[in-house]
Amino acid sequence: MILQNHIYRVTEFAVGLMFGVGLMASGMTDPGKVIGFLDLFGAWDPSLALVMGGAVVVGFFAFTLAKKRTSTFLGGVLRFPTNTQMDKPLVIGSLMFGAGWGLGGFCPGPALVSMADGQPKAMLFVAAMLIGMLGFELMDRFVHAPRKAKLNAA
Amino acid sequence: MTIDWAHFTPWASLSGGIVLGVASALFILINGRILGISGILGGLLPPKLGDTSWRIAFLLGLFAAPTVFHAVVPAEYIIAPRIEAAEWMVVVAGLLVGIGTRYASGCTSGHGVCGLSRLSPRSLVATASFMSAGFMTVYVVRHLI
Repeated sequence: MILQNHIYRVTEFAVGLMFGVGLMASGMTDPGKVIGFLDLFGAWDPSLALVMGGAVVVGFFAFTLAKKRTSTFLGGVLRFPTNTQMDKPLVIGSLMFGAGWGLGGFCPGPALVSMADGQPKAMLFVAAMLIGMLGFELMDRFVHAPRKAKLNAA
Repeated sequence: MTIDWAHFTPWASLSGGIVLGVASALFILINGRILGISGILGGLLPPKLGDTSWRIAFLLGLFAAPTVFHAVVPAEYIIAPRIEAAEWMVVVAGLLVGIGTRYASGCTSGHGVCGLSRLSPRSLVATASFMSAGFMTVYVVRHLI
């Protein structure tokens, strides 16, 4: 069990490292490139379509295999998302995220990698992002959840 | 629409994308988890007992990436990032990304890469939403104001 946990910590670190290197190699850590891709009506840089395409083709085979299995290669639990509801949070949250992505050119992964690379604006972005995440968490816990509980009780 | 050939990097972007796909593949097949950055990070705010070490191990790997990348890739092949946004825009962008990704339960990695790969209708809606908001925002910022 303890040995198993050590293996997991090593693979988590290795996968994180690999993902970060992939982000840097692909150009995702360059906000100019991200905005160049999102700028359909200017000089359009199609590179990020290839990033997404390459990732999804590999991912498709992996998830097709994963869905057929009942456990991981190490015999652990496969944790698939269980929520299938198309709800307001999904759409509104994604629209907010997209607006921020277009404004700064950073999404969460590349921002963390650029911060670790010593980019001052990425540090500023990550600080604001963490405040946003924590703020959302607190709102959810102390405003939304009690309101929902009150509605259910009524 | 005109193509920006000067900045187009098909091979680097395709191979980088494949690396992202392989990382996501390993994470589900070995660790049994969805590789979603906003969820991995957001789950630490605040940290929950017994649910932190895997998140921290992953993030430490992510933070080690620039060091490894600079050690392996010759400097002349590394493109310096272009960050045009002013400080206040970066702050607004960060807040929107932080709140939005937690509200939508995912970002470019969780919904974009993993969600589309497993053909999740929810993730398709999320990806279509954040992409269109991104297109619109850049249109407004670059061409309207």
